[in-house]
Amino acid sequence: MLDFLYQPWPWYVAGPIIGLTVPILLLLGGKMFGVSANLRHACAACNFGNVEFFNYDWKTAGKWNFMFLIGTVLGGFLGGYIFANPEPIALAASTIADLQALGIQDFNGLVPDDLFAWEMLGTGVGLTVLVLGGFLVGFGARYAGGCTSGHAISGLADLQLASLIAVIGFFIGGLIMTYLLYPIILG
Amino acid sequence: MKFTEYLKYLLIGTAFGFVLVKSEVVSWFRIQEMFRFDDFHMYGIIGLAVVVGIISVQIIKRNNMKDSKGNPISIPPKDPSQVKRYIIGGSMFGLGWALLGACPGPMFALLGSGLTIMVVPILAALAGTYTYGILRDKLPH
Repeated sequence: MLDFLYQPWPWYVAGPIIGLTVPILLLLGGKMFGVSANLRHACAACNFGNVEFFNYDWKTAGKWNFMFLIGTVLGGFLGGYIFANPEPIALAASTIADLQALGIQDFNGLVPDDLFAWEMLGTGVGLTVLVLGGFLVGFGARYAGGCTSGHAISGLADLQLASLIAVIGFFIGGLIMTYLLYPIILG
Repeated sequence: MKFTEYLKYLLIGTAFGFVLVKSEVVSWFRIQEMFRFDDFHMYGIIGLAVVVGIISVQIIKRNNMKDSKGNPISIPPKDPSQVKRYIIGGSMFGLGWALLGACPGPMFALLGSGLTIMVVPILAALAGTYTYGILRDKLPH
């Protein structure tokens, strides 16, 4: 009976639920759905260097969002640990072949052990993926004024041209990484 | 804000994190697949999320709906004339998204799933955010 909690959910179930986050947050407290704002609020909470960009009342602006973020971690625990899908992800065969050619061997979990392991921090590849990747996500999200949730979901939901341009930017960067840079990084 | 209200945001976040994992949006593999255009899965999720978002935001706006505390709902517009920041900043984000295979929400959901190594990209993302704050005035927007 609880099978659906363990099984992966199809796009037509997950998409609407994620989309409903936008009106639910608006109707609850007039809040705009955007995860990366938490990174800014965290910087504002411990603004050691007194950087002007982080000088604002983060408690008023961001407490609700920190609660949302703690919930996201909790949801990850429930979905990825308690009710973890025991099967490998049903990826497209062409993607698997492509990634195998790049040296990825572990296809069992949500992420490959080949890259996402503490030992990998001692390697150039591991540092590039985990540290440079994270840095670019944080830097780029704030530079662009939002991430996937703030622009691709919330911004597009409000038909904002700025968000459409940002999403085009996301794909320019993503395609350059996938087709030009990742083969060099893993090569 | 009252405790019960915080609890509501916590629950919405929990549902969000749960769906991110169940739909495999948090998966590095799914992101690699998306940028290779090998499967419809990610496009279906983002596309339907946007459609549901557009319809609900339109309903909220056209009916001048108020939030649960009776305050008018206003969505701050983003300035579309700042094309440089959206293209350059967006591209940098995209490079990181494809490289790490996770955007901010999934980073935290993966941490919750027991993947402790995600602490590293989360700290790196904080460093990136802080660095942007320092360099902001020198960057084209």
